[in-house]
Amino acid sequence: MITRNNNNNLQDLQKRYGMARGDIVLAVCAVILLFLLYRSGFFTAESWADFARRFEQNFIRESRYMMLVNGLKATIFMTFFSTLLGIAVGLILSVIRVAHKGGVRIPFLNWLANCYITVLRGTPVMVQLLIWNFTIFASARTLNLQYIAILAFGLNSGAYIAEIFRGGIESIDGGQMEAARSLGLSYGKSMRFVILPQAVRNVIPMLFNEFIALLKETSVAGYIGIDDLTRAGQDIQSLTMEHSQPLIMVALIYLAIVLLLSHLIKRLENWLSRSKRG
Amino acid sequence: MIIEIENLHKSFKLNGRKDELHVLNGITTGINKGERVSVIGPSGSGKSTFLRCINRMEEPTSGSIKFNGQDITSETCDINEIRRHIGMVFQHFYLFPNLTVRENLTLAPVQHKIYTPKEADDRAKELLSRVGLLDKIDEWPDRLSGGQKQRVAIARALAVNPDVLLFDEPTSALDPEMIGEVLEVMKELADSGMTMYLVTHEMGFAKEISDRILFIDKGVISEEGTPSDIFDNPKQPRTIEFLSKVLRR
Ligand SMILES: Nc1ncnc2c1ncn2[C@@H]1O[C@H](COP(=O)(O)OP(=O)(O)OP(=O)(O)O)[C@@H](O)[C@H]1O
Ligand SMILES: [Mg+2]
Repeated sequence: MITRNNNNNLQDLQKRYGMARGDIVLAVCAVILLFLLYRSGFFTAESWADFARRFEQNFIRESRYMMLVNGLKATIFMTFFSTLLGIAVGLILSVIRVAHKGGVRIPFLNWLANCYITVLRGTPVMVQLLIWNFTIFASARTLNLQYIAILAFGLNSGAYIAEIFRGGIESIDGGQMEAARSLGLSYGKSMRFVILPQAVRNVIPMLFNEFIALLKETSVAGYIGIDDLTRAGQDIQSLTMEHSQPLIMVALIYLAIVLLLSHLIKRLENWLSRSKRG
Repeated sequence: MIIEIENLHKSFKLNGRKDELHVLNGITTGINKGERVSVIGPSGSGKSTFLRCINRMEEPTSGSIKFNGQDITSETCDINEIRRHIGMVFQHFYLFPNLTVRENLTLAPVQHKIYTPKEADDRAKELLSRVGLLDKIDEWPDRLSGGQKQRVAIARALAVNPDVLLFDEPTSALDPEMIGEVLEVMKELADSGMTMYLVTHEMGFAKEISDRILFIDKGVISEEGTPSDIFDNPKQPRTIEFLSKVLRR
């Protein structure tokens, strides 16, 4: 769909710069990794044999690594669907608010959208999660807990994503709307075919950032009894009475995913700006 | 008359101020089918505002604007239907960068169900060859030069088969070497009998293609007449002053 600019010089240049930045990131990560290894006893007198023994106990014996794998699955599942829900909710909220300014006024809806954004951004997501679980769905005990978490995190991030979309829509030149309207297209159709596609394209990197934020936010899901990645680490902790290794492993897994995604976002941004149209 | 404007007023509310900015102060005029009318006047005199009231990009404060006898300022009028008959070409083109040239041309006619997608596609090709850009049909707008963009924008405006076209300084944002190609397309359009309102600072071109010239000053039509009336025998002191400034260079 998007034509590429085959400007090789430019691409080479960007590749080179991207690599240079990547090297620094890698170096910093290595230092952090060394520090964490140090904290988990990797370099202490008891030596590597002890480290290896505890490692075996924490992650290998009785296939305990599967607890981490399953926890990771739950974390990614919740993060992914929360982001999707957040995007859907955010899109609707932002269009309501922008339309209100742009002359298509439904005061009640706009008021509702404003309340929604104020309340969900003004309270901790953790408290919202607890309220969803222990108050709103208190009697629905057969419901999969992960669905409740997706609802809580998704509706919460919807309030943030609404602002992302609003910024994206408002960054589009007002002439675009005028040109569409001058052809006789309605406000809604102009939004749908002209404004939103441009706005969404501009905010894709920010949506990925929201995904990263949610990945970390879902680590409180354990509080309503979901065995996510963080909780899996704690579970191993209590099985092996080992303090450092499980949680540091959990942290490293989060970090690896975040770094991977950040790298992808960088590349996406480059690609989007290179194939910029307009 | 295809468009009749009576006693049109437009004022803007200014942020944080009680008084209003009166931009149009009672304009009464009109345009016949097939007529080409150019609007000239000093910067800030209200030319763009006048043009933008005609398709209600700006809401008139008072007065009436009739299109084929129907008052388009009334509550009951379907403005989207009216706008499809009154096309507009902007100084800054405003092609849709998320759509190819082809899609820029087919979006509105297909949405209005004027054409099936297939017919709209044929019509897009026809219009693009008319403005000399058939080879750019699958190009993205930002790959085009300014002159090419404006020619595509004209084709896009024509794609819904409007009865009138409004041009607001269509060549003012162009590099000098690209003005010619756009004027050429507009000349061809004028010769084909299109009804046109043209706001312009290109006096030579206005003189060449217009049947009538409106000189707008401070929100009123202070002088009106054929190109030779206005350019060769201006009567009003303000017109004489304005023309001497812009024609002197
Ligand atoms: N949306 C608006 N809000 C407030 N004031 C406006 C608005 N649009 C135009 N004006 C003011 O109305 C006056 C007339 O503007 P207009 O654009 O119609 O002039 P113009 O004759 O087209 O000038 P130019 O030759 O520079 O394009 C100007 O003083 C302008 O600042
Ligand atoms: Mg103007």
